[in-house]
Amino acid sequence: MNGTKYWTWHMGASVILLFLLGFHMLIMHIGSIVHWFSPFGGEAISVKNSLFRDSSLYFTVSYVFLLAVGLYHGLYGLRTLLFELTLKPAFERVVTVFLWVLGFGLLGLGTWAAVAAHRVALPGVRG
Amino acid sequence: MMPEINNKMSQIQFRLTRYNPETDLVPYLKTYQVPVHAGMTVLDGLHYIKDNLDSTLAWRYSCRMGICGSCGMLLNGRPGLACNTQILEIAEANLAVTPLPNFGIIRDLVPDLWTMLDKHRSMKPYIVRADESEINDPSGEYFQSPEQLESYLQFSYCIKCGCCMGACPTLATDLHYLGPMPLTAAQRYNSDTRDDGRKQRNAIAGAEEGVFRCHYAGECSRVCPKGVDPAKALQLLKRHLVLDYLRLSHHAEPCKKLQGPGYGKRMKGIAPPPERTV
Repeated sequence: MNGTKYWTWHMGASVILLFLLGFHMLIMHIGSIVHWFSPFGGEAISVKNSLFRDSSLYFTVSYVFLLAVGLYHGLYGLRTLLFELTLKPAFERVVTVFLWVLGFGLLGLGTWAAVAAHRVALPGVRG
Repeated sequence: MMPEINNKMSQIQFRLTRYNPETDLVPYLKTYQVPVHAGMTVLDGLHYIKDNLDSTLAWRYSCRMGICGSCGMLLNGRPGLACNTQILEIAEANLAVTPLPNFGIIRDLVPDLWTMLDKHRSMKPYIVRADESEINDPSGEYFQSPEQLESYLQFSYCIKCGCCMGACPTLATDLHYLGPMPLTAAQRYNSDTRDDGRKQRNAIAGAEEGVFRCHYAGECSRVCPKGVDPAKALQLLKRHLVLDYLRLSHHAEPCKKLQGPGYGKRMKGIAPPPERTV
């Protein structure tokens, strides 16, 4: 049933990605017109607007969540591609473990970056 | 567009794969000129070659009427049965006949189907019930409505010819993949209301080399000579596996045995149960 578990989570991750990436696109592109979560005007990616969003715990959590589901979805896809090369079962297990380690590593790095940005942003907005 | 069929004899150049493992290192192509008339099948053409041109040619066939599934071959690049494919429908001057891809070659046009049959066997392609004595020595009939029959009927038309396995692009790169035929068999028996072996099949069909490696290219359904839709079976199987994993599926008990007219709950709009025959 391992295939079923991976696939089900893959599908679940794709639905979550659809919403989170859609939300991200709205903020980044349409946001510069209607100024959603960009209270300082101008580009959505300006430093002030970015710091404003980074100071929000909601955004920090959603960044980490987006990274987690994106990594899972992408690495599962990569794993599927690699498995189509008719690897030996032992090597398939090695690939799976490697991708889990890589995924958690990148998630840890991204989480550290999101939390660091959150902590930097907090005094910036207050000040 | 299919070439127009005329009644005149025409010469078709058959390009056949030849391979004798005792003398040849690798398979090679050999050409034969075959006089062809309208209505002549590829199997007829092979018989002509064997009878008149080269008696050493080997291929597998039996029923000659699209029932046994023995003569699955690659005909001008498309898997099909030699016995129900007319030469002039697929060839104007040249016809390449090679063994089904994604299998080893035993000799000439004879594919080695053991990998497919092993995978098929692993799916338990038969009715599985907890009451084993009833399977071995049935004491009655099991009630099944026409709608329940309809849910798996088309999948039971599979003749195990291997054409879908030969056409599958996933199997072409990933030999561990179970393939469309065994997985269609799993869906056929999982959908059968007399069966209680879904859990056992799910464990195999949902494993790493199972149904989730299917990319839904749909080639299996396109080439099936019996009109079975394995791609649909695999999508249904995926859905059932995910619903089972999420515990969202409606698990029905296997249908009950008919004790005779007047017993059990009758369903609306269903014809009366048949007379007991066992």
